Amino acid sequence: MSAPLDIAGPAAPPRSNGELVFAEPWESRAFGMAVTLYESGAFTWPEFQAALIARIAAWEASAADEPYHYYRLWLAALEDVLADLRAVSTDEITTRTQDLAQRPPGHDHHDHDEHHDHPH
Amino acid sequence: MTTTHGGQDETVPVALRTEALEQLLTERGLIDPKVMNGIITEYETNVGPLNGAKVVAKAWTDPDYRQRLLQDGTAAIKELGFSGPQGEHIVVVENTPTTHNLVVCTLCSCYPWPVLGLPPSWYKDPAYRARVVREPRTVLSEMGLELDDDVQITVRDSTSEVRWLVLPERPAGTEHLAEEELVPLVTRDAMVGVAKVEAP
Repeated sequence: MSAPLDIAGPAAPPRSNGELVFAEPWESRAFGMAVTLYESGAFTWPEFQAALIARIAAWEASAADEPYHYYRLWLAALEDVLADLRAVSTDEITTRTQDLAQRPPGHDHHDHDEHHDHPH
Repeated sequence: MTTTHGGQDETVPVALRTEALEQLLTERGLIDPKVMNGIITEYETNVGPLNGAKVVAKAWTDPDYRQRLLQDGTAAIKELGFSGPQGEHIVVVENTPTTHNLVVCTLCSCYPWPVLGLPPSWYKDPAYRARVVREPRTVLSEMGLELDDDVQITVRDSTSEVRWLVLPERPAGTEHLAEEELVPLVTRDAMVGVAKVEAP
């Protein structure tokens, strides 16, 4: 018999229960942001929860014309709460997202690599 | 009041939008990425059903603890060092040969994180949340748990006021096992009430 607290047993941490805690890295970031903000007192958990319930209810009322994705609704709920608090607006997030989408592939910046010493 | 579809621009990957929000929050000093990374790691690696399994095994072997657990779940669970978000109002209900409790959150995904970790995807799924209330016996059967017709099923709906944890039946044939030996037998599904604990 294995050690009583073997993490490979049926009661092991979530990873061993047949599925990952988070399916994609961004889900863990969305989760982490909400919990970090809650723990620092930016909002109460019931406030966030109410926003999440509203997002889930809206998805259910929409006749499910898009696939159910829990963490998408989670992120949308977080945005709702932050917009209500006037901490971060939807437009600001959209603008920043577009900026990020324009990043050239990879981390090299051509001007920086080729001209940053300004030899003349 | 947002008017965009689902609040998110579907043409941009959601990962990018998440990154954008994290940048803005970090720049404004609203989150500290180091603190956030610590929280994520904690939930990915430490907070999970093993905590709940320890609670159950102790309740099976220590009658006084069992009584405290059923009277005030949150306090008894905290005795073992498990507390935190979504652990504030845990109520423990006991499954017996004649009564079976199972847990759902019909509105969202309330779940006792400190003892079970984050919920599995089926728990958050609209189908489980809707169907388990209407036809619990059928849903349990589909999940592999056949209950006799004379077993009374109670569906426990989690809310922000109450997070339910099921104390499963200790399986027959485990009387000789010590608390530490019982821990690995207790599964997450048994503590949600969609399975029973099996003897080794």
